[in-house]
Amino acid sequence: MSYEGALYIEFKRGIYMEKMIKVDKVTYDYSNSEKEVIALNNISLEVKQGEFVVIIGHNGSGKSTLAKHLNALLLPTEGDVFVKGLNTKDESKIWDIRQFAGMVFQNPDNQIVATIVEEDVAFGPENLGLQPNEIRNRIESSLKVVDMEEFRHKAPHLLSGGQKQRIAIAGVIAMRPSCIIFDEPTAMLDPSGRKEVINTIKKLNKEEQITIIHITHFMEEAVNADRVIVMEDGDIVLEGTPREVFSQVERLKKLALDVPQVTELAHQLIKEGIDLPHDILTVDEMVMKLCQLK
Amino acid sequence: MLKDITIGQFYPTGSFIHELDPRTKILITFAYIVGLFIVSSFISYGIVALFVLGCIFVSKIPVKYMLKGLKPLRVIIIITFIINIFMTSGTIIYSLGPLNVTVEGLYQGTFMAFRLVFLVVGTSLLTLTTSPIALTDGIENLLNPLKPIGIPAHELAMMMTIALRFIPTLLEETDKIMKAQMARGADFESGNIINRAKSLVPLLVPLFISAFRRADELAMAMEARCYRGGDNRTRMKQLVIQKNDIISMAVMGMFIAILIYVRIR
Ligand SMILES: Nc1ncnc2c1ncn2[C@@H]1O[C@H](COP(=O)(O)OP(=O)(O)OP(=O)(O)O)[C@@H](O)[C@H]1O
Ligand SMILES: [Mg+2]
Repeated sequence: MSYEGALYIEFKRGIYMEKMIKVDKVTYDYSNSEKEVIALNNISLEVKQGEFVVIIGHNGSGKSTLAKHLNALLLPTEGDVFVKGLNTKDESKIWDIRQFAGMVFQNPDNQIVATIVEEDVAFGPENLGLQPNEIRNRIESSLKVVDMEEFRHKAPHLLSGGQKQRIAIAGVIAMRPSCIIFDEPTAMLDPSGRKEVINTIKKLNKEEQITIIHITHFMEEAVNADRVIVMEDGDIVLEGTPREVFSQVERLKKLALDVPQVTELAHQLIKEGIDLPHDILTVDEMVMKLCQLK
Repeated sequence: MLKDITIGQFYPTGSFIHELDPRTKILITFAYIVGLFIVSSFISYGIVALFVLGCIFVSKIPVKYMLKGLKPLRVIIIITFIINIFMTSGTIIYSLGPLNVTVEGLYQGTFMAFRLVFLVVGTSLLTLTTSPIALTDGIENLLNPLKPIGIPAHELAMMMTIALRFIPTLLEETDKIMKAQMARGADFESGNIINRAKSLVPLLVPLFISAFRRADELAMAMEARCYRGGDNRTRMKQLVIQKNDIISMAVMGMFIAILIYVRIR
């Protein structure tokens, strides 16, 4: 390859590969004749390749609306969204975009299409027009990643919530996406199901290098993120590492949001005059700091 | 309780018939239905009975299980029988007011009842030996050539798949809503028909609302997984006609030929 060619590829990497997702001054308007709803209000955001981003915000702050913009399920009223450099408004690229950016929804029952697990995982690859052999390979590897191989021939409605959600994840990774958007995937699960799903998401990020955008109401799930984004009224109001964000306990409370329980405890203890840092996120940290007191 | 209903009633045994291509089985079933209408004598029914029994034997499905499928239909069969007895004119053997039992009616009634029984047993053999998915795939594949004349083959098959997928989910939900309404004093079991029908309203309304919400979410999830209709879509499971399929079709051909022969003889 010529030097220029190599340079060009480097250049492309620099611009596109680095930025998995770019949301540029996007406004989205659900308004109809009855009432006016501006769900996204001039929001801008960038997500890098391999990043693990958690989005929090109270009900109606526009998180799901933003998520649906990231794989062209919704198109911005104003502004642009780019996925791997492709504008979601470009209709000819819409299927590439949806293959790059997969999405897992809240209700596992409403996103499983087929009556047998392997048929459901096959649904995405079939839509991509892959050959039967390749589809089978992908089913096998995807079910392995989510640790559900032994359920390959089972009926989804007989599985637990956490298992169903992992099947939904397998269905998405079978399409080999670079990025997966999770819209409250744990909201309907019991604690053990939630743990299964969270561990799977972490694994996808660490081992499969998939960029993760995780929307949640559970603050504990945000503790391990690279970045936490707080939304309010269709815009980003707070952004930073989990430590930076959760140390602002009062601010989050004003936004009607919680902080992880341990952080809350630390906050109360500080108020009582105990000398602790503001940014404790985990129980282990708390134990360490408390033991070091006096 | 509602969960126990098995839809499609697939009964896997891995037999010769189970392993056939679904298209073969659908075509054979159609030929069989047509064959039933060629039948005009009890001798032919004897042949049909032998054929069906043979198929059941090969399919390894317990005869008891097959007959259980007839139970819900016994009312229809009995009604058909009675209507035929009274409605056919001919030699009267017994009078019941304005209604006359005739020899021809007795014959016709028995004949029709047999036809119904064979119809149900034969077609349920199809659903018992073919998984719903295979059945849908087969139907889609058979309808594909009719696409140019406007038969939406893929869409029909997708609708069937989704219906099959959501039946257990919606049954479970019905159960839940029923219990919730019962806890609030709703009564689904007593009263006359009108009252019972009325009591279904608070069950059906939430069920429909939830079904529409589910449909909406499912559509979005399908789009997110690059679903764009049947064009360009491949299938993981390819259907192939094998030696056994050809043998089965030949057997079926012979069966029809015999029925025709008995009829025109
Ligand atoms: N289809 C729609 N039509 C009209 N308004 C809508 C529609 N969907 C959402 N909205 C409105 O847009 C705003 C943002 O909704 P969105 O679903 O994005 O919030 P969210 O942050 O995901 O909330 P939640 O935490 O409840 O999931 C809300 O005010 C909501 O009422
Ligand atoms: Mg939402």
